[in-house]
Amino acid sequence: MYTRKHRLETSDAPTSDRRVLVEIHDLDFARGERPIFEGLNLEVRRGQVTAILGGSGTGKTTLLNLIGGRLHPDAGDVIVDGCSVPALTTAELYEIRKRMGMLFQSGALLTDLNVFDNVAFPIREHTRLPESIIRNLVLLKLELVGLRGARALLPAQLSGGMARRVALARAIALDPLMVMYDEPFTGLDPISMGVIVKLIRELNDALGMTSIVVTHDVSDACSIADYIYLIGDGSILAQGTPEEMQKTNSTQVRQFMDGLPDGPVPYHYPAADYIDDLLQGNSQ
Amino acid sequence: MAKQTTLELWVGLFGVAGLLALSMLAFKVANLGASDISQGYRVAARFDNIGQLKRRAPITLAGVRIGRVSDITIDDDFYAVVTLTISDKYDKLPLDTSASILTSGLLGQQYVALEPGAEEEYLKDGSELQVTQSALVLEKLISQFLYGKSETGN
Amino acid sequence: MNPVRRLGRWTIARIARLGRASLFLYQILMRLWRLAPRPGLLIQQIYAVGVLTLLIILVSGLFIGMVLGLQGYNTLVDFGAESALGLLVAKSLTRELGPVVAALLFAGRAGSALTAEIGLMKATEQLAGIEMMAVDPLTRIVAPRFLAGIIALPLLAALFTAVGVLGGHLVGVGLLAVDAGVFWSQMQSGMDFYDDVLNGVIKSVVFGLVVSWIAVFEGYDCVPTSEGVSRATTRTVVNASLAILGLDFILTSLMFGEG
Repeated sequence: MYTRKHRLETSDAPTSDRRVLVEIHDLDFARGERPIFEGLNLEVRRGQVTAILGGSGTGKTTLLNLIGGRLHPDAGDVIVDGCSVPALTTAELYEIRKRMGMLFQSGALLTDLNVFDNVAFPIREHTRLPESIIRNLVLLKLELVGLRGARALLPAQLSGGMARRVALARAIALDPLMVMYDEPFTGLDPISMGVIVKLIRELNDALGMTSIVVTHDVSDACSIADYIYLIGDGSILAQGTPEEMQKTNSTQVRQFMDGLPDGPVPYHYPAADYIDDLLQGNSQ
Repeated sequence: MAKQTTLELWVGLFGVAGLLALSMLAFKVANLGASDISQGYRVAARFDNIGQLKRRAPITLAGVRIGRVSDITIDDDFYAVVTLTISDKYDKLPLDTSASILTSGLLGQQYVALEPGAEEEYLKDGSELQVTQSALVLEKLISQFLYGKSETGN
Repeated sequence: MNPVRRLGRWTIARIARLGRASLFLYQILMRLWRLAPRPGLLIQQIYAVGVLTLLIILVSGLFIGMVLGLQGYNTLVDFGAESALGLLVAKSLTRELGPVVAALLFAGRAGSALTAEIGLMKATEQLAGIEMMAVDPLTRIVAPRFLAGIIALPLLAALFTAVGVLGGHLVGVGLLAVDAGVFWSQMQSGMDFYDDVLNGVIKSVVFGLVVSWIAVFEGYDCVPTSEGVSRATTRTVVNASLAILGLDFILTSLMFGEG
């Protein structure tokens, strides 16, 4: 598997310098018998939008859960802002999570709270601020995502795109260092999608945050990201800036970037020879 | 916040209603407080047959409930030893008070009825009643009647 | 697969699940004290599991009491013992029917709702979301629901029993002309606070704990899909009902075993 790995030349070698927020070293992780990651190395630079690209089932969401400490790696290390996440105690883990925002695919808004209370939830849980200040903070975040007018609605009354924007407002409620986006573009109409793309970019630049975007959508990843990792087969298949990724000649990368049905990722699920299989059915 | 207030009001009402129901069960249904078995002094009484007497059976004097049977055991001579717990309110019972096991109604439960004596001294914790009348056992009664025997119990 | 092996696998899976459930209970119990500064969370859940279950409890209690009055009267009148009707109704309700039927209704109404709610929160990533906001879902979501169940069920069972006794009175005294004085005095002389009322309350506290435990565990442990949630909800009702009836036998034999 490692022989098939294709690595593009990066601008510099991975080092533990202050410009890097998240570092992943030689990460191994398996679900039951099935290995998800084998020897994964990755780094996310501060202030950049990093896209993690990969097909379904390649463990993109698992990667976010490993960074957020919800899963424990079998081997290797995940370092966020200088702290090794797997080595943290529960209390320390909760402390570092206050500095991470995460946007879930479904939004994951609390269904029994309205938009305002959803955004206020992390602030109320973690601070003892008076209600008037909380109100100002929540309205500020809602204004950023353009939904100040929807504060009284319940999550069930929101469209998919609006729910995701509210979830984004909630993810940045505590002004985190970084926000992780899990498939932020899936299932949105083109307008909502444009809004989310614009928001991710603007929040990243205006608030000086670091963003990790997990997606399978090549064009969006290219339009939004400063740097792209393509994962597959448990490790990084390729990495580079969007321009580098577009220009590469690697068949694996080309298959993914161009959306070809057959290639290094085979069209057929591994099976015995078709003719043999048919004949075997007759003989029984 | 109006919603929160109604919610709290409902929960408060629910709690009050539940506690009211519980106190109704305790005081109105189980009549708690009328007689408390754990408080009182203990007196032993020996019977050669207690019939259907059970623990917690009432003890009455002149028809008034004054205590409860708290324990029933057998002694070395195969007599039934009934421990009577009598309320501290009734601590002026003469030492020669007698006890008999009676039945309330035809099929009702059995209870211990006390008959006060004439001694100057009073029963106290640990005393034993000297005069007892055992329970009437229906079968014995019938055989006595049939064979014309006229022995009386102790 | 070999049937012996299948049986072994099934048994191991059951034991592992029981182990997870026990660990889960321990984790909840360790977090209960953290609710102390936030009574609002608990009150909200007592409303959800207690107040919303009130109607079905009161109506069922009334009817069960009335049926007991009717059936009891028809049985006792043959022995000329209809004066003991009050005692019969009160004893059956406080010792058995109150705690058990209230717990079964509670499992069906509140327990299934708890499982569905927590399961749905898991399926829609709300629990994961809460965790990523550095809030402990066991403290914030599970513990208040668990504690609310333990508090609500004894109150519901007491209400069920009280309404049942009134229902028996309604039929016995109102309809069948048993004397009201006899009805209540026979009841009062035959009932014992410790044996009957307190043991009934102990039963309903135990049932409240077990039903809430099963309900929150099934929800938290469910497969996070709509099918998984609906299966977990069914399992809650079935397992909780079986647990109630089984525990009722054990508790009854412990409490009243010596007769």
